[in-house]
Amino acid sequence: MNPILIRHDVSGEDFSLAGEASVDIKNQLRKMGIPADAVRKAAISIYEAEINLVIHATGGTVEAEVENNEIRIRITDNGPGIPDVNLAVSEGFSTATDEIRNLGFGAGMGIPNMIRYTDEFDIKSTPGEGTEINMTVRF
Amino acid sequence: MSDNDNGGKIFLHSVTLDLDKCKGCINCIKRCPTEAIRVRDGKASIISELCIDCGQCIRVCQNKAKKANYDDLSVLDNFEYTVALPPPSLYAQFNNIDDQKIVLDALKAVGFDDVFEVAAAAEIITAATERYLTRNKGRLKYPVISTACPVVTRLISVRYPDLLDNLLPLITPVELAGKMAKKRASEKTGLSPDKIGCIFLTPCPAKVSAIHSPIGTEHKYVDAAIAINEVYPLLLKEMKKLGAELPDQQPLAGAVGLGWGIIGGESTSLKSTDKHLAADGIDNVIMVLEDLENHRYGLEFVELNACSGGCVGGVLQVENPYIARAKVNKMKSNIKVNDEPLDDDYVKLMWDKELDYNPAMELGDTMEESFERFTRLQSLIESLPGLDCGSCGAPTCAAFAEDVVKGNAEVMDCVVLLRRKTEEIYKRMESSFDSVGFSNRTED
Repeated sequence: MNPILIRHDVSGEDFSLAGEASVDIKNQLRKMGIPADAVRKAAISIYEAEINLVIHATGGTVEAEVENNEIRIRITDNGPGIPDVNLAVSEGFSTATDEIRNLGFGAGMGIPNMIRYTDEFDIKSTPGEGTEINMTVRF
Repeated sequence: MSDNDNGGKIFLHSVTLDLDKCKGCINCIKRCPTEAIRVRDGKASIISELCIDCGQCIRVCQNKAKKANYDDLSVLDNFEYTVALPPPSLYAQFNNIDDQKIVLDALKAVGFDDVFEVAAAAEIITAATERYLTRNKGRLKYPVISTACPVVTRLISVRYPDLLDNLLPLITPVELAGKMAKKRASEKTGLSPDKIGCIFLTPCPAKVSAIHSPIGTEHKYVDAAIAINEVYPLLLKEMKKLGAELPDQQPLAGAVGLGWGIIGGESTSLKSTDKHLAADGIDNVIMVLEDLENHRYGLEFVELNACSGGCVGGVLQVENPYIARAKVNKMKSNIKVNDEPLDDDYVKLMWDKELDYNPAMELGDTMEESFERFTRLQSLIESLPGLDCGSCGAPTCAAFAEDVVKGNAEVMDCVVLLRRKTEEIYKRMESSFDSVGFSNRTED
């Protein structure tokens, strides 16, 4: 069977829309009959990535592809990039401003949560060019 | 589809349709929060697995074709002794009363032998919630979500599997009131429990369903439910007669219990945590649940009521919910706070049956089937007009596409596609007539 692809463009302008892509993808995955646990892991990982797109990268793209008992998630942006990727993946590290923290975000658990909830995680970032995250959730 | 379609085994829903009154318009299908209604063959029908009994369709039906199922007062004749279980929201239906005493007396005048306030039981549930939160502090899945509103519990069980473990595993104040009232009446009269009828005065259809098939327990403590708007005129009449007479029924419930009738009453009564949230109105409830699946926001307790304003906003209430809310607040300031609510064994208030996830979103019975249907769904949605006009009987084009891939509708039920197709056929016929020398135009 052919893979199923769901794609969302995430706007970096509007905080009120942050999280919409993950809610939609979560509901689509449920319709596909994917086990609840895998849907949860994928939804949380996408949510964290989506919030990062809004906070740090002025938007980007979220893609989820489902095939052969796995959900492959690809997050891309043309944002500022991450100068020190090793630092960014460590728990509690955050560059979020106070304003963002006041909204309840920026606890430095975004990328660590993505790593925790996915079976495979890969991040590539070039300062000045952008960031690409690839994650896989198996079921 | 009504509860009767389930072979009488499980009482699922308390919302039914009067076929004669239904005109097959699209008001209810458009406003149902779970997209559980379709118009088929000119009449609305409810998809049982999706319906959460919120009563929204009853509210929006202009032809009064959607009804709630409940008992009428003649149900009292089925028992030797009857106890009315009034919810705190009932008191707010009346004007110019300082406390609930006169309402309790009026209930007896209407024909009940005794009254047991649900608000009194609610105070015990508040105390039990407090105990649950403090004894298990740090070990719970936060935020703990209230289970007092059966619409919310049902919604979570069909759509939010990740939040099932967040539910507060305590029986509802209505069930506890029934349990306590039955015990008290049995001791008082010497009658066996089956001869005693505990009858709830319900603000909504969801609570009717919940008393017939309780959530989290096999025990049924409440025997019947009568709609508040049915009993309201009778109560009003009796209250006028009672007038300034000194009421003899002593209320049990204090300000905390009364507060349960409005949104925020349950959460603000908790002393052990101030990290709580209260949301009302089904659309707002859904919005909060979507967010809670991803993020806890540091919350410890969440109170959600499907109706605007809380139970005072129930579809079977009489008073405007916002005015009712103001009345509850006024009454709360008049009566005392019970320091030590009636005690009951905490463990016995806990659920004794697990609440299962009843997935309702999957397109098929197996993952393979769902996957295959999803593939067809994606391309079908592309080909639909996207107008969400509702003429096919489904609330949106996306919902219609799901119906088609599940085999419950035909593509040509879409009036826009049908019209396009008809035009095509017409044009083809026209050109074929032209080519053989016929024409439908009159030649001069």
